[in-house]
Amino acid sequence: MALKEPNPVQMMVIEAARHIRDGEIANVGMRLPLLAFALAKMTHAPHALGFFDAGIVRSLPVKKAFVTMCDAENVRGSVWCTDMMDLMNLMQRGKVDVGILGGAEVDGFGNLNTSYIGPADAPRVKLPGSGGACDIAMLSRRTVIMMAHDKRRLVSRVQYITSLGYGHDGRERERLHIGGGPEVLVTDRATFTFHNDEHRAALHSIHPGFTLSEVADRTGWEIIPQGAVPMQTKLPSDTEWSALGRLDPDGFWTGGG
Amino acid sequence: MSKVLSLTDAIHEYITPHCSVFIGAAHEALIPFAAVYEIIRQGTQHLTFCAPISDIASDLLVGAGLVDCIYAAWSGNVSGGLGHNLRRAAEHGVPHAVEMVDYSNYAMALALQAAAMGVPFLPTRSLNGSDLIRSRAGFEPFMWHGQPLVAVPALQPDVVILGVQKADADGNAAIDGPVGMTHESLMAARHVVVLCEELVAKGHLGQESWHLTVPGFLVDAVVAVPYAFHPSPCLGYYGRDTAFFQQYHRESRDPQEFHQWLQDWVYVDGHADYLRRLGKDRLTHVKSEEGVMSWP
Repeated sequence: MALKEPNPVQMMVIEAARHIRDGEIANVGMRLPLLAFALAKMTHAPHALGFFDAGIVRSLPVKKAFVTMCDAENVRGSVWCTDMMDLMNLMQRGKVDVGILGGAEVDGFGNLNTSYIGPADAPRVKLPGSGGACDIAMLSRRTVIMMAHDKRRLVSRVQYITSLGYGHDGRERERLHIGGGPEVLVTDRATFTFHNDEHRAALHSIHPGFTLSEVADRTGWEIIPQGAVPMQTKLPSDTEWSALGRLDPDGFWTGGG
Repeated sequence: MSKVLSLTDAIHEYITPHCSVFIGAAHEALIPFAAVYEIIRQGTQHLTFCAPISDIASDLLVGAGLVDCIYAAWSGNVSGGLGHNLRRAAEHGVPHAVEMVDYSNYAMALALQAAAMGVPFLPTRSLNGSDLIRSRAGFEPFMWHGQPLVAVPALQPDVVILGVQKADADGNAAIDGPVGMTHESLMAARHVVVLCEELVAKGHLGQESWHLTVPGFLVDAVVAVPYAFHPSPCLGYYGRDTAFFQQYHRESRDPQEFHQWLQDWVYVDGHADYLRRLGKDRLTHVKSEEGVMSWP
């Protein structure tokens, strides 16, 4: 099992999980962000605490990945069930270390669109909207973004900012006197960071099995390398493999198995 | 005096044309689908639909042509992603255009809380820098001693339909599990209808008043039907029927097929007939350990 190369979705989940640190409070979305959080708990971050918008605080790892945060698997064994307002208030006070977000579109400044493609009044595609994502992007101390690597998703400029990254010029958070913002964008082909002064996505590492041109071809902004040569993303460890195997035994979420 | 009404009577009395109705306060759980189906059967038009998420409830009501306006943080199909009826309405005005009033989850809870407090707005540090700031909700950025904040206007729904596991005839009710914005919506709404999975004897809940989620004196009507929240989960009773949501996603892709879906599942002889059509095997499965846990 340890010799197996991960498929791109497995690599994305495992790589995103590495950015959740032990002892942190994480605001967790559904689907792949949930899987990344559960994986972090089962590997390097056993003391991380998960906040789920519906009003659930969870410390124990789950047995298997579930469908929505309100499912019994997530509720049973939780630390606290309460009002959503309590968890949002704590986040507004700066108590949430990291938010894990997905979306339909992301741009080179880490802004996310989950609302409208085209004008909001006459959209070409009406997407579901923010849910808690706008709040998590604004109020958590940093975010980890997960996204399938596709030219239609990694765009030069999102048409609607649902969840603020660094704005259209990289300076919006400074203007608003707020910290936070995206730490990394993890796709199923590569990892980008936003450490530079302009807060532009810089290519940090390429996932095993992909070349620089295969990443660049599917990215809607000009690739800025973080170092001289982009690194290869670290392959999954035995521990990471076995945790993912337990969470997604049939490959329902990651297509592995 | 007992506040218990039949599903038909409660919806007829409290969900009237041009009213605003808040549902799905507990997010993905306890969504009062039995009430949503009954609203569609009664064909009550020009509704303002308010919900944080409510899974496919908004898509169903929009597809049935009953909604003029949606106040929501998220609207689609949790299992399928986009909602086909919502897309048709927003992109093509089919069956008719719907005004979208966009919120975030926090903004919606704050809007309800402002109404609950009887004040015109509450401030937040969220929303700034997001295009949500230009939503029809009327968010307003302002400065407070050099700090940029946003005013979230109060939202007072005419009616909230609250999903709960247990209630008594006086309207005392308790929720097991996460409650989302149940408390804020209860305290904000003009009228409160409780939809419960199980009606318990009077005094059963009231004896431990400190465990109540909903005090009876704030409640207008109580409705009790089994599987009131199917296909959403009801902790302690049944799990989420994910296959049902997926089937809806496939069968609502085309408007003709969606109308057939309504014929099969909604335009039936009331909630009892809906359960007959679901069948014993399906209802047994959602109560089984595997079904309750909602593992894929």
